[in-house]
Order: sequence, then structure tokens, then C-alpha cells
Amino acid sequence: MDLTFFAIQMLNGVQYGLLLFLIASGLTLVFGIMGIINLAHGAMYMVGAYLAFDLTRRFGNFWLAILCALPIAIALGLLIERLFLDTLYKRDHLYQVLLTFGLILALNELQMIIWGGDVHSVPVPELFSGSIALTDNLQYPIYRIFVSAVCLALAGIIYWVIKHTRLGMIIRAGAVDRDMVEGLGINIRSLFTLIFSVGVALTAFAGMLAAPITSIAPGMGDTVLITCFVVVVVGGIGSIKGAFWGALLIGIADTFGPVLLPSLASVLMYLIMAAVLLVKPRGLFA
Amino acid sequence: MFKSTLLNPKVHPMPSGPLLHRYPLKVWIVMGLLILVLLSYPLWGEFVFDRRADFFLEKLTTIVIFALFALSLDLLVGIVGLVSLGHALFFGLGAYTFAMTSPAFSPASIWWMLPLVLGVSGCLALIVGFLVMRTKGIFFIMTTLAFGQMLYFAVRQSREAGGTDGLFIMFRPEVAIGDWMLINLDNPVTFFYAAICLLILTFAFLRWLTLSYFGQVLDGIHDNEDRMRALGYHTLHYKLTAYVLSGMIAAVAGMLSAMQYGFANPSQAEWHLSGEVLMMVILGGMGTLFGPILGAFAYELLHFSFEHLTTHWKLLMGVTIIVAVLVLPRGLAGLLIDPPRLSRSRVKPASTESRNTADTSRETL
Amino acid sequence: MTASPENPMLSTRNLTRRFGGLIAVNDVSIDVHEHQIHAILGPNGAGKSTLINLLSGELPPSTGSIHLRQMAIHGKRAHQIARLGVGRSHQKTNIFPRLTCLQNCELAARINQGGVFSSWLSPTRARAVTDTAVETLEICGLKDRIHTLANDMSYGEQRQLQIAMVLATKPRIMLLDEPMAGMGREESHKVTKLLATLSSQYTLVLIEHDMDSVFALADVITVMVDGAVLETGPTSQIRSSEQVRDVYLGR
Repeated sequence: MDLTFFAIQMLNGVQYGLLLFLIASGLTLVFGIMGIINLAHGAMYMVGAYLAFDLTRRFGNFWLAILCALPIAIALGLLIERLFLDTLYKRDHLYQVLLTFGLILALNELQMIIWGGDVHSVPVPELFSGSIALTDNLQYPIYRIFVSAVCLALAGIIYWVIKHTRLGMIIRAGAVDRDMVEGLGINIRSLFTLIFSVGVALTAFAGMLAAPITSIAPGMGDTVLITCFVVVVVGGIGSIKGAFWGALLIGIADTFGPVLLPSLASVLMYLIMAAVLLVKPRGLFA
Repeated sequence: MFKSTLLNPKVHPMPSGPLLHRYPLKVWIVMGLLILVLLSYPLWGEFVFDRRADFFLEKLTTIVIFALFALSLDLLVGIVGLVSLGHALFFGLGAYTFAMTSPAFSPASIWWMLPLVLGVSGCLALIVGFLVMRTKGIFFIMTTLAFGQMLYFAVRQSREAGGTDGLFIMFRPEVAIGDWMLINLDNPVTFFYAAICLLILTFAFLRWLTLSYFGQVLDGIHDNEDRMRALGYHTLHYKLTAYVLSGMIAAVAGMLSAMQYGFANPSQAEWHLSGEVLMMVILGGMGTLFGPILGAFAYELLHFSFEHLTTHWKLLMGVTIIVAVLVLPRGLAGLLIDPPRLSRSRVKPASTESRNTADTSRETL
Repeated sequence: MTASPENPMLSTRNLTRRFGGLIAVNDVSIDVHEHQIHAILGPNGAGKSTLINLLSGELPPSTGSIHLRQMAIHGKRAHQIARLGVGRSHQKTNIFPRLTCLQNCELAARINQGGVFSSWLSPTRARAVTDTAVETLEICGLKDRIHTLANDMSYGEQRQLQIAMVLATKPRIMLLDEPMAGMGREESHKVTKLLATLSSQYTLVLIEHDMDSVFALADVITVMVDGAVLETGPTSQIRSSEQVRDVYLGR
């Protein structure tokens, strides 16, 4: 493996990891603060990607599509939270699992009804359509760099919010001890709604960003969901920092696995998770 | 079970009300009727379904296999209180172990195939169980789900396991002693009966287990694991034993499924199957053992009728799941029995009747 | 082994537990002697429950040692320490709500009488377990509730059941965390009487807020403030201690 190849793989791994972080951060926030296990989180990723595809086709402009798709995705998230999750906050995890599982079936099927079972793709927006020459013989698509940059910027914003704002303080406290938040005199209900919407928005946005570089196909949300679960288990529940490093680790492992350890590639992610569970059962950053 | 030299059953009789794991008579009647209807299907099937009788026999066999699968999960979810969302791992493992070790041109013998499937699934359950038991609550659900997808990803990318196409199996195993064929599994009716027998045997075994001293420990862990540890129980051992048993039963169900269809397919290891079987357990009523069997029938009947109604049956299924969770949290079994629940202690005033007997009982000792 | 001042049942030396920057238990050295009721007093947040959690192994100590007789038990895990004869009850009601009183106590008794497999192998030993359970229920005045589901009992009875469960493990030493918390006057009087009868056979470490019962029951009292021991001594000494009165009783 020469250096060029290594660099490209590394960039791909980091880019994939950063995208995973966007999804996993929403997941880990909802777990950590609300104590809710939301299996439909992956489906929101799919919804984001399909919205980006559909609206780009209609408007002929990817950016306009994202601008319109984001409010739709957030509205969908709010609808779900208000309709179902509200009744489940006080119930057992088991019922949350089943309810969100039912949601997945319904959302997946709605996707089939609206957009059908074909595999779609979104053209890379013109602004970033070229490749950039990193070295003499190393070309890298600009759009992927753009995606990484956006994800990094978002990660920075999330980090800043968590570290330096009152909301962030509440989130940090809530991840450690949920009862404490109620003691702080905060309207739990609106906090939950906010967190859930942010989680959905991040995931759906990740789906939109990924639309031009992945194939948009039925069931794309499920694979991403499982991978993000591994990320959260590795990083630790409720920890944004954990989600970040976990996502990078899994992202890089996933890109290098098939090259370095082809025989183990499909289970490499699980080996990492098993190792983390053995050493730190609560996750690396919990 | 309450043999004691100090306890006089005349003074302290067992109460007749609901106790944990106690079935009222109507449960036995319902289950007896169900078994009777199933066993007699070859007699009445042709009159009712005419030419589609064979199709429905296949369908019923599938449901019985799913009932076995749901039963295995109930040991974890209902009895021990461990919500596993990755049980398809063991179902798929049973199917693939069977498919990959079956000889290509002759039937395997059940005498080595069954122990092999049990051994392989037991070993994996021990390893995975040990890892997932290090977590709790939401974490546990997530790790089981993640590990549950492991086999799915592995077989899809493995050439030896047939990739996304899966593996075909040409022969069902032989159940024979020497040259004497005991049971001919190739006959669909015999296979159907064999599946029912396994279901009944497993049910009897799990029923015995839950009523045993071991089951009492599992009940304790379900109610209050910390307290069990403070009493001196090494709870991990008990949970792990239950996990391994459950995984082995699920693998047998998976093996039967592969036998029935003649192939092992990645969809048998997919997490959607884990979700569906969990739904069967809840729909039927978890922790009751007979409930999940009813749940499997109810779920598959719903599935079947929706499938005939519309191509988008999954939408209906999803909506039904949501409604069932909201409306029937205790499942079908909840309609038949009223088992003691783990609720925030609803305090009842002590009955005056028992207070009065207190003094007399002391004298009898 | 006999009880003597040189040979305490349970002793801690320089026991300390930190949570991050907070020191919950600070340099605690106490001796608990056989057949004594050793009460631990202190205002809320003084570290009493943490101390019990350290003694029962539910939390590992940061530094310091715990000895049961001469055996070091710090660093052992909760179920191991329980098997060595340290029984404990919790501040919150901690029972198995779906099981009957008898089953609750059987679970407690079985693990210290050979465990599940022993009961499986020998009906005699299984019967002995049930007998222990019945006996302890009788001692705790719950014999007429023997087949009642724990969930269906009154709060006070559930607290009594909790003590019965500790007894059923046949412990060498019992750690009781506020056994009378939330009880009515009559019920708590009943439990006080029960604990008094137990002290002839058992060694008790007791955390309790109810001052009357503590002074009525305890042989030795340790007063804790802010995680550290303020004073330890016989009940009469604590009762008349100026220091204790200033810091704790005075408030």
C-alpha cells in the first residue's frame, strides 16, 4: 500500500467517521438526556437523503433542496415526538424499542410508496463538482472535503454549545443524572422536544449531505443505525466527545478493514466493540 | 414446592389468587384446544382449504417454528427481564450451522447435527452473553442489537456462506437408528408433528425451569438484581445460563426453519427478525411462556392477512405494532390471567381476617 | 472465637471514599463488636449510607481497609462479601415485589445454604431452606402473611420483610440502613422491639434517624459529620457529649 492510497483511504475514513458523528451525536443526546432508545433514528437519515433527492430533482438545485428539506425533516421529528414518544417517556425501554420499531416499518414502507424501491443518486452540486490535487498524483473530490469541513464545523458548534452555554450545562448534567435537571427548575418537556428536534435535524442533515456521495436505497437507514449504535457503545452513552472519537474510530476502521484485513472486515466493527466492552463496559468516554 | 416441616398447610393454606407463574384453568384449556386444532390439522385441513391445504400446512409449520423462537426469547425478556434485540443472531446461527455442515449429496444424521447446532450456538451465546451482560438498560439493548447484526453482515460478505443468496440444503437430516428410519422428516406432515413436539417439549422444559429453584432466582433478578447481589447471588452466572439456554433453543428453531425451506438466508439473521420475534413475545404477553406462543400465531395471522390485503402490508404491520404497544401492553395473555406485576408498590391495607388468625397460628407451632 | 475488645467482628481503618473531588467518607476507623448494636448517627449527607455501601462491597473504598474478623474484605465484590456473612438492608424498600413473603425469604436463605444446586440435589436441604425462611418470618411477625405477595403488603410490613430477608441469610453481622424510615409510630415501635431481641444473637450496624430508638437500642454510637467520625463511644457517653450536642443534636 503506497502513501497516496493510504492518504485517500484516511481521508475517506475521516469523512465517513465525521458523517457518522452527526448521526450518532443526535442518537447519544436522545439516549443520554431523555433516556429514550429511538430505533427510528436511522430512518430519519433515510428521510433526509430521500428528501434531498426528491427536492433536488424538483428544484434543480441541491442547496435550495437542503434549505427546504431541513424544516420538513424537523417537522416530521416533532410530529413523531408529540404523537408517540410523549406517551412513552414514563414507560419501559422495551416499549420504546417496539414502538420505534413499528415506526421503522411504517416509515420504510411509506418511503417505498412515495419513492419506490429503485436506487437513486443525487448529482454532486456544481460548485464542488471537481477534484482537488492534494499532491502531484493525489486527486480528491472537493465535495467530500466540503462534507468533512461542514461536519467538523458542526462538531465544533456542538462542542461549544455543550461546553460554554447554559443549555450545554443542562445537557451535561442530564447525561449524568436526569433527576438533577428537574431539580434545576427547567421545563423538562420543552427541553426534551428541543433535544429530539436537534437530534432529528442532525441526522436528516447528515442524510442530505451524504446524498450526493452514497446511493439512496431502501433500508439505507438500518445499516447506518446499527453502525451508530456501535459508535455510541464504543464512545459511551450521552457523551458527545465519545460519539466524536467513536465515530472516527469506526469510520476509519470501516474504510481500512476491507483493505488490511479482508477476512475480518465484516466483523471488525464488532471486534472493536467487544474489546471496548471488555475494558470499559460503559464506553471509552463515559 | 413449599415443603416445610414448620409450615402447616391447614393454618397457612396456599392462596387461590394470582401468583407468579400460576396459570388459571382457562389457560390450559386454551392451550389444549390450540394443540388439538394443530394436531388434527391433517384430518380437517383438506375439507376447509381444499387444494390449498398443503400451503397452509407449510404456513402452520412456520408459525410453530416461530413460536419456538418466541418461547426462547421469552426466557430472556419475560422471565429474566433482559431485553435482547439481537436474538435473530442465534436463529440465523442455527440455520447457517445446519446449512454449512450438511453434506452435499446425502442427508446428515440428526444425532450429530442437533448436538453440533446446540454446541455452536451455546458457545457463541456464552461469548456474546458475557460481553453484553457487562452493560445495562438501554446500553444492553443497543449492544445486543449491534451484536445481533454481526452474523448478518458476516454471511452477506462471505463466499462460503453464499453471500446475499444464502445456501441451499438438498436434504433434511435423517432420524434413524442404524438402518431403521425413526422419523421421516421429508414428509411435510411428519415434519409438522416433529416441530409441534419440539415446541411442547421446550415449553415443558421452560415451565419446569421457571418453577424450579433456578427459576426463583431468575424471578429475583427480574424484580431486583441489586438485592440479589446483596443477598450473595453471583447474578451474572444465572443470567448467562439463561442467555445460553435461550440462544440454544433459538438456534434449534433456526435449524428447523432452514430445514423447512431448504435454505439458509441472511434474512434469517437480520435484526428485523429480532424485532418481529420481540413483537410476538409482547403481543402474546411476556413472562408467561404460553403467551409468546399465542403471540406467534397472532402475529403471523396478522402478517398473512395484511399481505393479502395490500402490497404495503409492512405499513399496516407497523401501525398495528404501535397500536398494540399502546393499547395492550400486557398482551393476549393479559386477557387470560392477571399475573403479579412489577409496579410501584400499590399498598393495600392488610386484611383483618389474617390478623385474627395470627395468635392462633403461633400456638400451633 | 469469642467477643473481646481485641477481636472485633468488623473493623475499618482509615476508610476513605472519594467521588471526584467530593470526600464522602473520610478516614473512618471504627470497630464493631459481637452482639452489639452499633448505631451510626449523623445529619443528612454525613456519609452514613456511603459507609454502609463500602462495608457491604457495593462501592469499593478509595483507600483504607475493612476487616471481617481477621479477614480483609475491602476490594471484594458485593456478592462475595454477602456470602461471608455480611447481610444488609437498604434505605429504599428493596424486596422482590412479585414473589410471596416466603419466596422472598427462601431466596435469601438458599444462597447461604448451598445454593440452587444443593436444593436441587437434596430435598432435605431444600426443606431446610424453607424452614429457615418460615422461622425468620415468624421472628419478624410476618408468619400470617407467609403466602402474601410482597407487593400487596403495607409499607411497614415490607420493611419488616426486608429485615426478615437479611436474617434469613443467617448473617454474622447485619447492616441496616434506616430500617424504620417512613414508618408510623406503632410500626417503628414494633421494629425497635424486634431489633432489641435480635441483638442477643446478632451483631448489628444500624443507621437510623429516629433518635429515640437509637438511644433505646444502641450499645455503641458513632457520630459522623461531613464524612468523618466526630465521636465514637457507648450510648451514655454520646448522650452526654457536649461536642455531639453542639454539632448535631443542637440543630
